[in-house]
Amino acid sequence: MRMSVSLTVNGKPQSLDLDTRTTLLDALREHLKLTGSKKGCDHGQCGACTVIVEGRRINSCLTLAVMHEGDSITTIEGLGNPDDLHPMQAAFVKHDGYQCGYCTPGQICSAVAVLDEMKAGVPSHVTRDLEEKARFSTEELRERMSGNICRCGAYSNIIEAITEVAGKRA
Amino acid sequence: MKFDTPATTNPIDRLKVIGKSTDRIDGPLKTSGLAPYAYERHDVVPGQLYGVILGSAVAKGRIASMNLSAAKAAPGVVDIVTYENAGKIAKSKNHTAHLLGGPVIEHYDQAIAIVVAESFEEARAATKLIRVDYARAKGRYVLADQKGSATPPTASEFGGPPDTAVGDFDTAYADASFKIDATYTTPDQAHVMMEPHATIAAWEGDKLTLWTSNQMIAWAVKDMAETLKIPPAQIRVISPYIGGGFGSKLWVRSDALMAALAARVTGRPVKVALSRPQSINNTTHRPATLQRIRIAAEKDGRITAIGHESWSGDLEGGGPETAVAQTRLMYAGANRMTATRLATLDLPEGNAMRAPGEAPGLMALEIAMDEMAEKLGMDPVAFRIANDTQVDPEKPERPYSQRQLNKCLQMGAEKFGWAKRSATPGKVRDGKWLVGMGVGAAFRNNLLGKSGARVTLDGDGRVTVFTDMTDIGTGSYTIIAQTAAETMGLTLADVDVKLGDSSFPVSCGSGGQWGANNSTAGVYAACMKLREAVAQNLGFNSAETVFEDGSVRAGNRRAKLADAARSGPLTAEDLIEYGDLGKKYQQSTFGAHFVEAAVDAYTGEVRLRRMLAVCAAGRILNPKTARSQVIGAMTMGAGAALMEELAVDKRFGFFVNHDLAGYEVPVHADIPHQDVIFLDETDPISSPMKAKGVGELGICGVGAAVANAIYNACGVRVRDYPITLDKIIGGLAKV
Amino acid sequence: MRAFEYSRATSPAEAAAIVGRTPGARFIAGGTNLLDLMKLEIETPAHLVDINGLGFDRIEETAEGGLRIGALVRNTDLAADKRVRRDYGLLSRALLAGASGQLRNKATTAGNLLQRTRCPYFYDGNQPCNKRKAGSGCAAIGGFSRNHGVVGTSEACIATHPSDMAVAMQALDATVETVQPDGTKRAIPMADFHRLPGDTPQVETALQPGELITAVTLPKPAGGTHIYRKVRDRSSYAFALISVGVVVQADGTGRVALGGVAHRPWRIAAADAALPRGSKAAADILLAGARTTHENAFKLPLVERTLAAALAEAKEAQA
Repeated sequence: MRMSVSLTVNGKPQSLDLDTRTTLLDALREHLKLTGSKKGCDHGQCGACTVIVEGRRINSCLTLAVMHEGDSITTIEGLGNPDDLHPMQAAFVKHDGYQCGYCTPGQICSAVAVLDEMKAGVPSHVTRDLEEKARFSTEELRERMSGNICRCGAYSNIIEAITEVAGKRA
Repeated sequence: MKFDTPATTNPIDRLKVIGKSTDRIDGPLKTSGLAPYAYERHDVVPGQLYGVILGSAVAKGRIASMNLSAAKAAPGVVDIVTYENAGKIAKSKNHTAHLLGGPVIEHYDQAIAIVVAESFEEARAATKLIRVDYARAKGRYVLADQKGSATPPTASEFGGPPDTAVGDFDTAYADASFKIDATYTTPDQAHVMMEPHATIAAWEGDKLTLWTSNQMIAWAVKDMAETLKIPPAQIRVISPYIGGGFGSKLWVRSDALMAALAARVTGRPVKVALSRPQSINNTTHRPATLQRIRIAAEKDGRITAIGHESWSGDLEGGGPETAVAQTRLMYAGANRMTATRLATLDLPEGNAMRAPGEAPGLMALEIAMDEMAEKLGMDPVAFRIANDTQVDPEKPERPYSQRQLNKCLQMGAEKFGWAKRSATPGKVRDGKWLVGMGVGAAFRNNLLGKSGARVTLDGDGRVTVFTDMTDIGTGSYTIIAQTAAETMGLTLADVDVKLGDSSFPVSCGSGGQWGANNSTAGVYAACMKLREAVAQNLGFNSAETVFEDGSVRAGNRRAKLADAARSGPLTAEDLIEYGDLGKKYQQSTFGAHFVEAAVDAYTGEVRLRRMLAVCAAGRILNPKTARSQVIGAMTMGAGAALMEELAVDKRFGFFVNHDLAGYEVPVHADIPHQDVIFLDETDPISSPMKAKGVGELGICGVGAAVANAIYNACGVRVRDYPITLDKIIGGLAKV
Repeated sequence: MRAFEYSRATSPAEAAAIVGRTPGARFIAGGTNLLDLMKLEIETPAHLVDINGLGFDRIEETAEGGLRIGALVRNTDLAADKRVRRDYGLLSRALLAGASGQLRNKATTAGNLLQRTRCPYFYDGNQPCNKRKAGSGCAAIGGFSRNHGVVGTSEACIATHPSDMAVAMQALDATVETVQPDGTKRAIPMADFHRLPGDTPQVETALQPGELITAVTLPKPAGGTHIYRKVRDRSSYAFALISVGVVVQADGTGRVALGGVAHRPWRIAAADAALPRGSKAAADILLAGARTTHENAFKLPLVERTLAAALAEAKEAQA
């Protein structure tokens, strides 16, 4: 079964005619050839496919493209490019917050969204007092970033990169 | 360049580029999602079809019948390849199981078919329409049950002989008044690099190109040639970006073969990625071990006898996990023995995973050292220091090229605040947490291997390096650029690096932490040849030519480096080859891990609070990327200590937890801030770079440091990895 | 994944009616579990009815002083809601202990209740599983069973329900509101919503074919101290080995529900009543008649000790 869907990816309107089974991730990677979003597990168990949809980070492997009619999607390619890196991308380079690079786009999209979530007052598992706004800490970052697995083990550096960006923002 | 005498002063020693903490040159591409991994090469060849592999539903037996008709008739399906229409294929020497199974099935999820379709969705759906009837055969799946039938494996390059003995272990052990005898187990573990194996295959006449994800390009060519029974010259392998490997991508896997076969049958390019579950049972894993360690010592802490035996299993024709290797070398002691035994198991193929041998071997040995220290009433750091050796204990005439293990231990203890550790377990409490510290020594050999490169100087003064070396996250791009820049007197910005293509000179590849030292030494050799060509072109006396700041000087003559290529690019190619320095000297890398762990007094949950590694590994070419290698390995080691275990179904013979929800690896929340200190060291015996490997050192010994910290925290000694709370909870005080 | 028709529903009645009359039709909202299972063909719907446009995405106060949570309220929004954080801390905590930030952004309140088990044999189509294929057998019995159920199990199935949120909903006496294909509405107490496996482990809830969850309501706040304690091998992004949710009043009375031990969130009235007598008394009742395997026997002491930890934490908070 095929269906058409229109969405906006990195600010650019896109219309696609897709098999209804196509995930948002495969629509990005195979149809729009935006391969920055990665397929690490295809089951929501690793976070490599993280993109920002309507301002929220999600696993693009666990959602159908046709469910995103009219949605606005930001992928790693929309955050910055090698000549004009987003501050989070630049911080990952500076702090060596990656090794093989495969989980990296997902980590960066997630990190950008995490800082917005904290700003918006979304609590986490490690937030001490539910009735207060979560305070910025490495413990908060680690918990909130835990949906992004890095098998190369760059976690310690990733947290330093995000901390630097958060500090610059504050 | 033949390296057969220790290095003297050379251009690398200037350390203008080498030795500096340098951002990865591939960083902007990786962080912006533009570094192309194997499955993403839409650009390289048009008309790509999608292939999805079907794996065997049984672990052992035969395919009785296969019905493809429904799958073939499914929408979008172009063709299906099975053993029946694959053409003549063989098994390469590097593979234990066939990459394409049928009619004989050797392990669960062994590839038995590939469905090729116009879209991924169509190919995936059609695999489910293939009907397979199996005749199951009885298999052997449990190492402990097969221990009795295990036999000595044949001696191997990395594993050494199955039995070693020095002095009289039995008598010395029997006569000692302080001794331990303990059994340790490590489970099967999965690499689960984030990028599953993937390949795009395309044929042009009889020539095959594979865009794949592989650590060892030359092995990939050789193994594909053997498997497809075609000359290696007809195969090109391209793998510039690799989403992690950890040993799983040392050899081509079923994605590469099945893509090649599917492309041949359909006459179109085919792309294939293994699914995450396939990355567990279809590929390789680190085999489980059973290890027995006996140590005897004098009252003053000197080891008099040390024995290490290990059992592991693999498919018929496979190899052992060489868990005793480090015990032959690491500590002093006049009477020694090791034994390695291999059982036949019908599980998926066991093979190398990060620090094969040492990683599980040290998980056991470094607990045993802790247990022995306790028996002696000695501090575990002091006990290790007391048993240092500066020579190969089996061959005292063979010294270590460099061995600063004691300094690592001493510096680590000081930096970590080891003096504050309570010698008695279970004494430090922080609210509901029981807190403890642990140490584990790290040891991993420095392996030498040939490595080649080609370098080109163009008229703009830019140098480009070509080598089939791979960057699997290790930082190869960057350290190779640093090496070329240093040797040619350039800056990093003047150098381009092209990797991972079999049309480039053969390198050492990535594995066994041999990549950095050997590949850069090969690039150095090629650059030295280029320097000669430059000098010759400029009419300089090459012996006294100095390359600096983009210029070339000899006596009072001076030219721009680019001048040498004014009439056309200059190219030089060379490789590093080694004499017998690896035999005359024992070359190893060393480290000391310190861990602070907290154990929940109610639930037995373990959380790591601090981690420190002090490493001595020769010259550190790029402290930034080297540090990342170490922290990454510490993270994987923490996973091995605390959670990683492939659960074996003892009846059906497969790894049950075959996804990333079931096979848990550490997440952000598991890993505290990690510190790494590198001793300022050069090893002129290792190579002209005076460097050694560091990528696997970090995983060696860290698991035991975690285990020892848990013991120190709560007094529960677990010898059966991973140390999950169910193994701790029974030993905790009542609440 | 089998091919399917996809349509977007415009009203609850229409959605329920389509699913009621179309063989193999299913609702899809967050999709985080359904698509996961569809990729493995454990779920094979012929028609997906997207209900994201139905507008059940609000949290409203009820006349009884409780909250009515729309079926489509995302886990993130439910956990972050000020009223939930203030009055139903247990629910907020349970939600935040589950999955990852990305998944919570998609996963819905109704979908969370309808999650299927994470039993690895259920997830492997090559293995027998009565839940996946009725009558095929249970591979978990006699197999790798470390994370399987210890109470309420049957000869047909020892799987557990994986939800954290449902444990809190159970302890908070929530009610599930639904609409049936014929338009009839009903309210199902959480205590009756999830079923034990018995001989039909494939039937997991009290929902009828085509019945659509529209909301989950919470009674007026119970007060007390709310603790959700989830125990797992890694620190985050993992399903519970076991979990304990408690609401403890200043006088020591309260409620307790468990996750990770049974085919449904586990709560027993007598255990609530025993809570003032301490963790052992309550755990003994909760785990009475437990049947364990060699691999999951640790769950029994773990439940008692975790309950003790939760009660100690509550006491500390009240001090």
